[in-house]
Amino acid sequence: MTRELGLVLLQVVIVAGGAPLLVGALRTMKARLVGRRGPRVLQPYADLAKLLRKDAVVSTTTSWIFRVTPYVLIASMLVAALIVPLLLARPVLDFAGLVLLMYLFVLGTFFLALAGLDAGSAFGGMGSSREVAVAALAEPTIMVAILALALRAETTNLGGIMARFAEAPQLAANPGHLLAFAALFLVMLAETGRLPVDNPATHLELTMIHEAMVLEYSGHYLALVEWASAMKLFLFMALLANLFFPWGMPAVPTLTALAIGALVFAGKLAVLTAGLAVLETAIAKLRLFRVPEMLAGSFALALLSVLAVFLLP
Amino acid sequence: MTAPLYAIVTGFGLVAGSVGITGVLGLTWTLRVGAIVPLGGLALEMDPLAGLFLALVGFSVAASSCYAVGYVTARRGAGAYVAFALALGVVPLAANAMTFLLAWEVMSLASWALVLDGRDDVPSRRAAWVYAVMTHAGLACLLAGMLLLASHTGTLHFADWRAASPTLPAGLRNAVWFLLAVGFASKAGVIPLHVWLPLAHSAAPSHVSALMSGVMIKLGVYGLLRAGLEWLAPGPAWWGGALLILGALSAVVGILYALVDADLKRLLAFSSIDNVGVILIGVGGALLFVRAEAESLAALALIAALYHTINHAAFKTLLFLGAGAVVHATRTRSMEAYGGLIKRMPWTAACFLAGAVSISALPPLNGFVSEWLTFQALLQSVRVAQPGVSLIFALGTAALALTAGLTAACFVKAFGITFLALPRSDAAEHAHDATVSMRLAMAALAVACVALGLGATVIVPALANVAASVLGAPSEPTHVAALTFSVVGGFASLSPVIVAAGLVAGLVAPVVFLVAAGSPRRARAGETWGCGRIVQTPRMEYTAGAFADPFKRVFRFFYRPVKRIDLEVHPESRFFVRRMEYANPARALFDEWLYRPVLRGMRALAGYAQALQSGNAAAYLGYILAALLALLVLR
Repeated sequence: MTRELGLVLLQVVIVAGGAPLLVGALRTMKARLVGRRGPRVLQPYADLAKLLRKDAVVSTTTSWIFRVTPYVLIASMLVAALIVPLLLARPVLDFAGLVLLMYLFVLGTFFLALAGLDAGSAFGGMGSSREVAVAALAEPTIMVAILALALRAETTNLGGIMARFAEAPQLAANPGHLLAFAALFLVMLAETGRLPVDNPATHLELTMIHEAMVLEYSGHYLALVEWASAMKLFLFMALLANLFFPWGMPAVPTLTALAIGALVFAGKLAVLTAGLAVLETAIAKLRLFRVPEMLAGSFALALLSVLAVFLLP
Repeated sequence: MTAPLYAIVTGFGLVAGSVGITGVLGLTWTLRVGAIVPLGGLALEMDPLAGLFLALVGFSVAASSCYAVGYVTARRGAGAYVAFALALGVVPLAANAMTFLLAWEVMSLASWALVLDGRDDVPSRRAAWVYAVMTHAGLACLLAGMLLLASHTGTLHFADWRAASPTLPAGLRNAVWFLLAVGFASKAGVIPLHVWLPLAHSAAPSHVSALMSGVMIKLGVYGLLRAGLEWLAPGPAWWGGALLILGALSAVVGILYALVDADLKRLLAFSSIDNVGVILIGVGGALLFVRAEAESLAALALIAALYHTINHAAFKTLLFLGAGAVVHATRTRSMEAYGGLIKRMPWTAACFLAGAVSISALPPLNGFVSEWLTFQALLQSVRVAQPGVSLIFALGTAALALTAGLTAACFVKAFGITFLALPRSDAAEHAHDATVSMRLAMAALAVACVALGLGATVIVPALANVAASVLGAPSEPTHVAALTFSVVGGFASLSPVIVAAGLVAGLVAPVVFLVAAGSPRRARAGETWGCGRIVQTPRMEYTAGAFADPFKRVFRFFYRPVKRIDLEVHPESRFFVRRMEYANPARALFDEWLYRPVLRGMRALAGYAQALQSGNAAAYLGYILAALLALLVLR
């Protein structure tokens, strides 16, 4: 029991504590790639601390939805943190599955989109409308990619999938599996508001999605919203890293195993983050109405991955 | 005043619901009264499936009637309402064709009268007319199918049909299935037989819309289940495949139309088409699995479909009642005139939000559990080793996922535009909250949405019993251990209670953290930031039309929107616009491409038939003689 509780706390601490670091590392890498020095890697922690100390300004137009949403966001990400296996080859919740994980992300998006409408400004409505459009169009890709994974692992429980890949690591090198990775990677770009779908560094009205939606937030509310966004990115990256490159994850929770698992996990995340930084530096933002084409492409990849199950046993 | 009447109906609804639950739990009985009805007499039979639908009818009627106590002020419609409620309860219990068809027709006629609601304006008359035509076309199909089956089996009793079904010749089986499926599907609002549904459900008073969407269309699903899995079982694979594909089509098309509609009640009606589609995906999957001899998977798909049927009854009834309160308070159905109602109608807003979260399948409420089950049934199609079947299931999965995403978007719009931001009209500005009985009904349904989600570990085994009785084969599709239930073969598992507990803990955690971190957590009141303009007005808000615009662009090939701009400019210069009207409606493809050509053809045929209609009585007698002679010769 204490061990289980310890693992729950460990997962939560890693996700909540590590998420700003991931964002900071990504920003620094992107700055270096374009020849700037950029902010410190630890800058996001300083930003959060600053926001937590400030008073919030809340529009009189808003209702309780606006004030509750940051907490709902954090709650959905914390439960999601218990579902994605980080260090060990099994999640903390034994029933945790991919379908539940995706719906927890939708829960956050749903409330954030409502909060965007709550202040009654055109920016918020625009951001909400675009965010739900992108999220809705990403949904088929996610489910078909899950189908491809479930067909190989014969379960949608993450623990089961991990166990299956631990038994037969060659499964992860299957081309069909890599197609599913590519599909989910594209979806991650859309879901977490990265280039080429959304630009997290801009506040230019016409290009904004996520930033437009959270424009009205300030103070500790903004801190929670930004933190939750960072956690979503962290969870998606961790999911991709551990689902598609499942090597080096210990199965039993001993201290040495956890230490090795932590090192391997940090290494995998660092590689993925570097890849994301290079990608974001190399490409330009897509026009909003070209995004569906990109998502259709990711859907095609996911469907091919399903077909590959039948063609490439 | 009709309030006491509705209160009595509420009580009867609760009793009927409880009786239904005893049926689900296995208490079966039959009731036969020979003399009342010709051709077999009135015959009622309770079995687990009938009990499930009776419970659905009973509790929905109770909620709607409780709402009506404080909602309906006119005397008109009370009789039709009672007849409607009674017929709804008799349909699932009917044990022979005569009882079934009579109850079915009373249900249709009573709801038709309620749709018309004594009004005489063109839209109401059109809605009632389209509904009357479609429902009777459906009834004609049902009559033909049932008489065909009765003439072959020589009996009108459903139990005898079930016993005789293995001996049916393939051609007759397919013909009867086609007729019954068309009849039931038109009642369920399956695309492309849905045209009556958005018209009728939005025209009826809201407590009736709630029953029509929550329960009446489910009786179409009930008929499909009886026909496909009992009266005509075992059917060929194409039945299940067709139902799954039509279900997927209904789900996607229904939600696409809901997404761009700015009429709150019509939006909900379109969303009912979507949800019937989701249910039919499960039913079609069950038929396909039966055919592939995967009993436990068939049971799983059926459980998913039945669970979603119950859930949809709960949240759609809730949403229609909420919409009724909003329409009552603002006197318009157009969402463009709403806004800011969360401050003026806090009760309605909170209940509507619970319904919106449920229908968007967000954990841990009920919609999530049934959609999760449907996904698990579809994802396991790999166990049926047929590429063609797997492809149908993969497409079903993708369609269901797209539907889920679009539903969340649609209900962000429905709740956000209606209840949030500033009121867009005077009526919304001065809106008042619902009366006590209306609040009570909505709150009870909101609690039901939560309970149906958290109680999954109790409900799933009960539904497994129902599925076993329908499929006639005991199997163990699910396994319940403590607070977690897992589906066949340990493929996946879920514990709504633990997820809910985790979410509650997750809501508390940031509060604790903020206190520990010494955050002042102070908020100043300010104005919405607006690029330096002086005062915020509702005209700066996003509208329902604007919110749906990205979808209208992405799915342009489907909506085929027409853009109409009406400009009135200053005579001196066209750059000074005095008045501008802009409309960008989506076109109803099924009306234009399917119904109009069919109607045109029928009108042409009717033109030819007119030649026979001379108005001469002797000629008519001649026709009758000719028909009699022809029958004698053919005999």
